[in-house]
Amino acid sequence: MGAKILMTGNEAASEGAIQAGCMAYYGYPITPQNEITAYMSLHMRERGRVFLQAESELAAVNMVLGTSAAGFRAMTSSSSPGISLKQEGISYLAALELPAVIINMQRGGPGLGNIAPAQSDYWQATRGGGHGDYRCIVLAPHTVSETFTTLMLAFDLADKYRMVVLVLGDGRLGQMMEPVELHNAAPAVKVDKPWALNGCKGRPSNKLHSLLLKEDDLEELNTRLQKNYKKVEANEVRFEEVDTEDAEVVMVAYGTCARLCKEVVRHARDEGIKAGLIRPITLWPFPAEPIRQAAARGAKFLFVEMSAGQMIEDVRLSLEGAAEVRFYGRTGGNVPRWDAILQKTREMMPYSPLRRT
Amino acid sequence: MPPASDTEILYAKPESLRRTRTHFCAGCGHGIVHRIICELIDEFGIREKTVCVAPVGCAVLAYNYFDFDTCEAPHGRTPAVATGIKRVLPEHFVFSYQGDGDLAAIGMGEIIHAANRGENICVFFVNNAVYGMTQGQMAPTSLVGQKTATSPKGRDPENEGYPIRVCELLATLQAPAYIERVAVSSPRNVRRAKKAIRKAFQTQLEGRGFSLIEILSPCPTYWRVDPVTAMKELEARMPPIFPLGVFRDGR
Repeated sequence: MGAKILMTGNEAASEGAIQAGCMAYYGYPITPQNEITAYMSLHMRERGRVFLQAESELAAVNMVLGTSAAGFRAMTSSSSPGISLKQEGISYLAALELPAVIINMQRGGPGLGNIAPAQSDYWQATRGGGHGDYRCIVLAPHTVSETFTTLMLAFDLADKYRMVVLVLGDGRLGQMMEPVELHNAAPAVKVDKPWALNGCKGRPSNKLHSLLLKEDDLEELNTRLQKNYKKVEANEVRFEEVDTEDAEVVMVAYGTCARLCKEVVRHARDEGIKAGLIRPITLWPFPAEPIRQAAARGAKFLFVEMSAGQMIEDVRLSLEGAAEVRFYGRTGGNVPRWDAILQKTREMMPYSPLRRT
Repeated sequence: MPPASDTEILYAKPESLRRTRTHFCAGCGHGIVHRIICELIDEFGIREKTVCVAPVGCAVLAYNYFDFDTCEAPHGRTPAVATGIKRVLPEHFVFSYQGDGDLAAIGMGEIIHAANRGENICVFFVNNAVYGMTQGQMAPTSLVGQKTATSPKGRDPENEGYPIRVCELLATLQAPAYIERVAVSSPRNVRRAKKAIRKAFQTQLEGRGFSLIEILSPCPTYWRVDPVTAMKELEARMPPIFPLGVFRDGR
């Protein structure tokens, strides 16, 4: 086990990628993730790996495509407006069945928005984002320490399923400092890449292309992709539950909002409100089952997001009207206050003395 | 019948070129360029360490003809994908194959920066002054007055500006190692083109950095002329705007 050191979420993500065996990182400046490019510029080359500041997010994601096509682990990172630019490349990566890891430290939008934390890229992340029928695995850490381990997991899942794994953080998670225990774990998944473009010595030549002019060929690719996504849905759903067994109000939140809600659960319980939290760790595949189970126990739901309400749609879909679902969110880069979430929780409890509706 | 042992083969399909039907139009120059590249890959004996990045455009199907590892890239991003490959496979031979829309319009950012970094790759840039795959629209290299699907009265500099000279533009940068413009308009020029492309191969194999060969090439289909006329027009009309020659030889 390594020593505990104090670092930002952006640095922890970088170190996680390095320890996961990321061989090439391609970045482009955008706040609030610049610590990643800075950390990688310092630490990748000294290890004999590739660091390159690309001319644009478009170029960066396509450099990732090239390195991944050659059979090596590769990563890029950005924040919301830059991630929009990467969508073309992400669609191609998905179509070419290439593994890649992409970090989005979200900021306020739409447009240029601002550089404060936000969670308003949930739809873009979990619905594919670019053109065509495809999915990315979406991982949402909520502490600096978890950001480190999430990156290691991200590379393994990317290789295992030949998919893009998006790590969806936000500006606050990226820039806050917490102690992290760095352990030098070897990548858990070592997969052969017989499809890699590394010279056709001793084998027929490989080609990676997504132009499939015959309808049946393209349908075959789509069927194969969807089959793979079903496997991911069956095997990779991850979530954390806090005090949900007897909870009457279950908050559902990820990332920075989940940290706040953990506090709110404590305060609410002090007041006698049976509150709990479901924290999706994989945003896709979405953990619908624990939410269904809590609904079956009669719980109501409060969704807390730094958006106008995006993840809440996944729950409405999974519950199909079976439980009361409310939303509390802030936009524009505002982070919800814990006492505002608590007040919302009180409002859902008919017996709460502090209820003010 | 197998050739008798004293028969010398003077002309055959290069090993690197697949035996398959072509999708290129009659009189198109891409087939010539494909063949030159494959002949040289055979000559250098590097088929098993070559990775090609194909563009979006008429040459997107390069992987149907090249019998070595080939990757697709989004439109214009070809040099970025080639960069990503070459940086982790520095001993391999990596080249991008691009057309004028791919390289000089949507991919202008990627080509300038790959050249400026001195990426140790080769770029084979086929300039036929028109978008072929999408049915003949104006390209950044279309000549003034050239009629296309999107400049039906001829390219008007007042509205669309002038043809971009890629070699001259890239030659303003310090990093590129070799830049030459050739044409495949006659047997003599085809031999010159092969010589230039060979030089690009050598530049990369010797680790000397970025090279780009611009190849002026005919598109009879969207120039709306027969193949023989297209070759004549290529020779008569393109070099005055796009002069043939070496623009960079060594840093």
